[in-house]
Amino acid sequence: MASEKRLRIKTLVMVLAMVVCANAGDLMLKRGMSQIGEVQLTASGIAQAFRLTVTSGTIWVAIFFLSGFMLSYMTVLSWADYSYVMPAGAFGYALLTLLAVVFLHESVSPRRWFGVVLICVGVLLVGQTKPRTTAAASEAVA
Amino acid sequence: MRVVLALAVLIFGSTGGEIAITYGMKETGEPARLRPLELLQFLGRAVRNGWFWAGVPLMALSFYSLLILLSWEPISLVIPASALSYVVGTLGAKYILGEQISTARWAGVLLVCAGVALVAAG
Repeated sequence: MASEKRLRIKTLVMVLAMVVCANAGDLMLKRGMSQIGEVQLTASGIAQAFRLTVTSGTIWVAIFFLSGFMLSYMTVLSWADYSYVMPAGAFGYALLTLLAVVFLHESVSPRRWFGVVLICVGVLLVGQTKPRTTAAASEAVA
Repeated sequence: MRVVLALAVLIFGSTGGEIAITYGMKETGEPARLRPLELLQFLGRAVRNGWFWAGVPLMALSFYSLLILLSWEPISLVIPASALSYVVGTLGAKYILGEQISTARWAGVLLVCAGVALVAAG
């Protein structure tokens, strides 16, 4: 029973790391690409955009966070159900809306708030289920 | 018609890719501890798994399909429609990965799917 609780906490921490890294990465990517400006779809335009992106500190911060997302995503899937991680990760949409309101002072329509509530209730429901319903590889072999 | 086709590539590409990666990560086995060294060793084992490399191009295909769709249709239509991947992914988890989807989990997935559609529609 104690290991069950530990598994749940470990899974939720990794899902949270996933969501934070994905949101931070997307935000920095958006900021970095806005600094670079609109990319011209010609050979020289793309070459110039490539030079600007690889020398942009903001883009590298974005890549760092997105790599963190990929690593936490792969790690959590090494023990938890895909059908647990996937809906739980949608919490990011709700978080993004809250961040947009608090930091960017965006106005949010009632429809979007209703969506945020549905996501939160859905994530809570999924969060209550067992994070892993298949046998561990080592147990399956044994 | 081409929108439906691109949407199908988007949904089945992303869920197919994620399912392949999940399968690969289950084969890889979880890291003994969540410390930097163990995580690096885990990453080293994971990138030598064939299923991981089956998943990556599928997810790339799905991403390109998303870009193409976004050049045709507004984002407030594309993302809500792609929220269907939560349902497709759950079906894949059940029938391909053999995960047990309880009633609570199904209810949660459907709420999340509807919620993401509403949030993205604005």
